[in-house]
Amino acid sequence: MPLDSLTTHCRHCGQPLLGAATERGAFCCQGCAGAYTLIHDLGLDAYYDRRPLDAAAPAATVEEGEGADPLLGLPEAVATAPDGTCLLRLSVDGLHCGACLWLIEAAVTKHHPEVQSARANLTTRCLTLRWTGAPAKAVEYARLVTGLGYRVAPFGAGGTAAGADPAAAHERALLRRLALAGFAAANVMLLSVSVWAGADAMGDATRTLLHWVSALIALPTVAIAGQPFFQSALTALRAGRTNMDVPISVGVLLTTGMSVVMTAHHGEHAYFDGAVMLLFFLLVGRYLDSRARGRARSAAAHLLALNQAPVTVLGADGLPQVLPPARVPLGATVLVAAGERIGVDGTVAEGVSDLDASLVTGETLPLAVAPGAQVFAGMINRTAPLRLTATASGEGTLLAEMVRLLEAAEQGRARHVLLADRIARAYTPVVHLTALATFLAWVFLGGAAWYQALLTAVSVLIITCPCALALAVPAVQVAASGRLMRQGILLKSASALERLAPVDTVVFDKTGTLTLGRPDLLPDPTLTAAELELAATLARASRHPLSRALARAAGPGPVADGVVEVPGGGLRWQGPDGFVRLGSRGFCGVTDAGVGQVGSERPGPELWLARCGHPPRRLSFADRPRRDAAAVVADLKVQGYRVELLSGDRAVTAQALAADVGIDIVRADARPADKCAHLAALRAQGRQVLMVGDGLNDAAALAAADVSLSPASAVDVTQTAADVVFQGDGLAAVAETLAVARRARTLVRQNLLFTLLYNLCAVPVAMAGLATPFVAAAAMSGSSLAVMANALRLGGRKPRDGGH
Amino acid sequence: MNSLLFLIPAALLLGGLGLCAFLWAVRDGQFEDLDGSATRILYEDETPLPKRRT
Repeated sequence: MPLDSLTTHCRHCGQPLLGAATERGAFCCQGCAGAYTLIHDLGLDAYYDRRPLDAAAPAATVEEGEGADPLLGLPEAVATAPDGTCLLRLSVDGLHCGACLWLIEAAVTKHHPEVQSARANLTTRCLTLRWTGAPAKAVEYARLVTGLGYRVAPFGAGGTAAGADPAAAHERALLRRLALAGFAAANVMLLSVSVWAGADAMGDATRTLLHWVSALIALPTVAIAGQPFFQSALTALRAGRTNMDVPISVGVLLTTGMSVVMTAHHGEHAYFDGAVMLLFFLLVGRYLDSRARGRARSAAAHLLALNQAPVTVLGADGLPQVLPPARVPLGATVLVAAGERIGVDGTVAEGVSDLDASLVTGETLPLAVAPGAQVFAGMINRTAPLRLTATASGEGTLLAEMVRLLEAAEQGRARHVLLADRIARAYTPVVHLTALATFLAWVFLGGAAWYQALLTAVSVLIITCPCALALAVPAVQVAASGRLMRQGILLKSASALERLAPVDTVVFDKTGTLTLGRPDLLPDPTLTAAELELAATLARASRHPLSRALARAAGPGPVADGVVEVPGGGLRWQGPDGFVRLGSRGFCGVTDAGVGQVGSERPGPELWLARCGHPPRRLSFADRPRRDAAAVVADLKVQGYRVELLSGDRAVTAQALAADVGIDIVRADARPADKCAHLAALRAQGRQVLMVGDGLNDAAALAAADVSLSPASAVDVTQTAADVVFQGDGLAAVAETLAVARRARTLVRQNLLFTLLYNLCAVPVAMAGLATPFVAAAAMSGSSLAVMANALRLGGRKPRDGGH
Repeated sequence: MNSLLFLIPAALLLGGLGLCAFLWAVRDGQFEDLDGSATRILYEDETPLPKRRT
């Protein structure tokens, strides 16, 4: 394989080469070298040209653990079709671009003619494989994919690998109904326009023919495309409530029914066009809504799948066996390879390593563990294999506890009733009573025939059919979410906008939210360039975040040869002037007495540089605030929001950061349950709270707040819990989201006011029996268009012009 | 007005064809992964299409 000695970045994962290059070629680690060789041998080098520049390949990790391979449990998840083909759906972690799809599909099919199809899905991050032969082949394919640097797990929990997602099936059904309604609306409108245009010249027979053709199209459409509304309305009525679907269903059914009667009597007017148009518009809204929530759904399913990864347990006979995480007995010895995700809670029995605990604690720095240390499911073992003694598994783990806390908090929020439904509760009875009153008044006071009075009453229902009312809220929401999406802000929950508008308190998490979640070397005037360079020479050989921060600060340079990385300690190097150590305080032999002259130290992550004949040097690091954090906080305060910092970190660190960005109210040392309690206390004071956070430890707090935001860098479960996810390095999205939400509330109110006025004008006309179909059609379309046009004003405004 | 007798069926037929094509596309799973399809189009197929399962 050709090697370019001048490369400064890993040939596979694209991360800067911080060392290791000398011994391993142009790769940052063994795993990347392996992945590159595999890709090269398969003849798939085009992958490196095809992947987007900003998206690096997943850094491959080496499987150097002892014991059985967790992938051996895969054949159980294979579904076998009657004709002997096997089907497996794998959840693939690290899938993020079209080149990944191509690479995985090509790698699996290349030398395996028995594979009939391999299809990776970027939206659900799922790989579907079909092959003929033994189910055991699954292991071979999965190992190929993990060899490329992706993590895999059976898709969907509990072996329902082949089962379809009911929510996805629902969305497909909605799309089919939308298509049908669109087809019908276009064709019926075509016929209706010709009726209106030729009203004078057209003979009765022709008009009736056109009406019958319209009926032929509209009746099946209403029956099929209207089902979601009818079902929802029925459910609500059975439960003794009304919702927006009740007047919609009544309106559509009455309109269609009356039109059929009219047509049968060679009547002049039929309202088929109105009925199918209404259905079409409403289905568009429902489909968009459902799509937006699909992403959130797939993130949750993905997390669940990763949690199902089998665990290697050392049996009583000393042989390793693979078990699902929930079936690991307490007290069992669990083997965790380097690079593997820990599946159970436990204590370390043997081994020293660094763990990535970000999923559980939100802390970005690796956690050094030694025998006796407590570890939790969901952490990733980074540097060396470990043996654990399981203390909790399955539903008993801290991770499962957090997910339960999250679900409990989310249920509390479900009490929020959508504005549209609240209006429908008042609107429906009023309209139906008005229609009844019209009927009775015409029969008893007006002396009209009951048939004539019924027609008038029905026309009241038709003209008040809440077309504009049903569109008033969704139209604004679609315009608002479109505008936010263009700025990388994703609204996940349909009611998020409504809950954002009344917010008066903004609570920020610290690490990863106000800060970048990545340590940087603090400038230190007493640190000489030679010392920095020496430290960086060692640090370039390591992938520890602090080492990388040091290497970043020093810039490119040479790498020390033969650096030894001690897990949980630091780096050791035999240099020309004796041993050099770079690492933790204990590793470098620093005692508190020996550093008396260093004096007061800024708290935070630190590295020590120790060498012969020199006093140890301290290198301090800090997690810097996002570049616009201070500006956004100031902006929010000017607009009258109460801004708070709620952190699980130590008080000193939290206070220092709060002072930097200008937040006055700080609460530190908060555990996940404390965060929930604090938010509950704020809400008890009558405040509307927006929580912005990114860690799993924030997830429950996000669900407990009235509404929540989370950066796209957050862990999956947190994104699932948040109502809004924003991309990018800045926090401006927070202020923008709030501004758009307030503006949207204004527009919704204008829309509702307008529809109310429209109804106030139209209902008396209908009650008087003057609502000819042309008047009804014009009034209905006119009001709908006005509402839509008003909603579109939201998209046109420039961002951040203080629209509220 | 006699033209209506073939114009209306013709319009319905054409619209119906479009509707059928769309429903087929939905059933075929072409709306399953809009993100993936958007990037896939950029790469040439090097292998013939995989055999379809009937």
